[in-house]
Amino acid sequence: MDDTGKPTENGSIPGENRPIAELICPVVSNLWINDQYKHLIVEANPGAMAVQAGQFFHLLCPKSGDDEPYLRRPMSVYRIDRNQDRIEFLYNVVGLGTQQLAKLEPGDGLDMVGPLGQGFRLTDNLGHLLMVARGVGLSTLAPLAMAAHDHGIRVSAILSARTPEVLMAVDYLCQSGAEVHTVTDRDGTSLPEKVEELARQIIAANDTGLLATCGSNRLLKLLQRLGKELEIPGQVALEQLMACGLGMCYCCVRRIGPEGTYKRVCVDGPVFDLQEVQSWQT
Amino acid sequence: MADLSVKIGAIELSNPIMPGSGTFADGMDKVVDLNRLGAIVAKTITPEIREGNPPPRVTELKNGMIASIGIPSPGPDYFIDEIVSFYRSFTPPFVASVSANTAEDFGALSERISVEGVTAIEANISCPNLKKNGESFGMDPVATEEVIRNMKARTHLPVWAKLSPNVSDISVLARAAEAGGADALVVANALLAMAIDTETFRPKLGNVMGGITGSVVKPIILRMAYQCTQTTTLPIIGCGGIASVADVAEYMLAGCTAVQVGTASFVHPTTMVDIIEGLPAYLATQGLERVTDLIGAMIEPEIEPAQRQAIL
Repeated sequence: MDDTGKPTENGSIPGENRPIAELICPVVSNLWINDQYKHLIVEANPGAMAVQAGQFFHLLCPKSGDDEPYLRRPMSVYRIDRNQDRIEFLYNVVGLGTQQLAKLEPGDGLDMVGPLGQGFRLTDNLGHLLMVARGVGLSTLAPLAMAAHDHGIRVSAILSARTPEVLMAVDYLCQSGAEVHTVTDRDGTSLPEKVEELARQIIAANDTGLLATCGSNRLLKLLQRLGKELEIPGQVALEQLMACGLGMCYCCVRRIGPEGTYKRVCVDGPVFDLQEVQSWQT
Repeated sequence: MADLSVKIGAIELSNPIMPGSGTFADGMDKVVDLNRLGAIVAKTITPEIREGNPPPRVTELKNGMIASIGIPSPGPDYFIDEIVSFYRSFTPPFVASVSANTAEDFGALSERISVEGVTAIEANISCPNLKKNGESFGMDPVATEEVIRNMKARTHLPVWAKLSPNVSDISVLARAAEAGGADALVVANALLAMAIDTETFRPKLGNVMGGITGSVVKPIILRMAYQCTQTTTLPIIGCGGIASVADVAEYMLAGCTAVQVGTASFVHPTTMVDIIEGLPAYLATQGLERVTDLIGAMIEPEIEPAQRQAIL
């Protein structure tokens, strides 16, 4: 970094021993897809393209005027386009950091550190994956559908949102071969008992081998209960406020495992075993 | 090529840049070449295993952050078996950091971890003193001297005292650490601070209070480092808000021999290496051949220190 605060790539060479780099990625597009969410596409180099579903990049939000997010923002990848070497993010424009990200224009450089964290773990013989996503949790689960497809795993997705207008990525998931079920608060289909009924039907019809969820404490609890009862393993992607993203500062801990040990979401996660996670408590 | 080497007492560093304790761990090895650093400083360990404070542990400010981590510690056995042995494969001097609930325990822990591979021990004296109603050792000159004296009696390694900035006159604490036998001072730890969410009425940190770090604290800690250089002959390691070559130069001009970079590495993980690469060009523009030429080179105005305080 020079005196103006402009980052350089000095000393940050991705290689066998140093897989994480600070990169300036050119923005391809950054478009609104509804009145809350934006879809950001950047060009990535081979080091960044090593990213797997469930992993994240630590994004330096652009500074402008008085709005200066100091820390980076962790953001899981929404789509990994290996044909065009592009990485895509889907984000809810909700706070200081994402409001600054929303100002990025094509051609701007986005400063990203990554790829970071432990992603989803898939094996070829899982048969069928049921993923249940709420709101922006969908952006984390979407690349899992693609990865599962590559492993020959069939995918069903239950997407939950407040209104049909904010149900995203339905087409994208259908393209990757997923069977998509949408539920919303507006029409009452997103109630836990309704989602449970739907999930049980899907599991019974498909001999589901893996559950995955992100974005809702209610859905997390539901899947934990179903997973335990039906003896189906699962994985969940967690969020937590972060500072370094590299496992150094210990800011992003959550209680994990039977003893409720503090684990770092940035390096021990963000994807954890479904049953190891204690639901929404600090 | 400019000479970047400095000496902290008998310890020779290839350059004056090292991480601040607590802001650095093996994760950095995945981003930069650790062998380029002047020294490596570990996170603080305690005699017992500690899990740290409840989250949220961090809140953001415009030019910094407030954090309350609570010194999570894997304990001395894990430290020796795993952490020291990991860093033995790197060339920079490795500095341990210790904390404990009593001065005697500081000494005992220092003895326990005085193993091959550890070059110096930093005393994190900002933790609460259980024998003095939770007041931190670092706020009390008598307790500070006692901690350092206990450590010096139990280890042959150099001891660096990391002072607390949460005091009315840091030069008193600097002299206390010197009297206890400290080989160097690290100035300083984090300033106590807090933040409240005005929508939820809840504190923004699980521990209510935390330490403020980042660029925002630099002028305050720089002043404290300067005050320490004026009152002791010990080498001073500046630590507070350093993010650039200019920040390093400022601390060294104030009289520091080396610096620690902390929170800036969270924003740009390559900060330390970028500074090391940028220092020679800065020295060249100033017509200097050695980075040590900067130490204490601030041109003092022609005004007596006593007068200065009167004007304030």
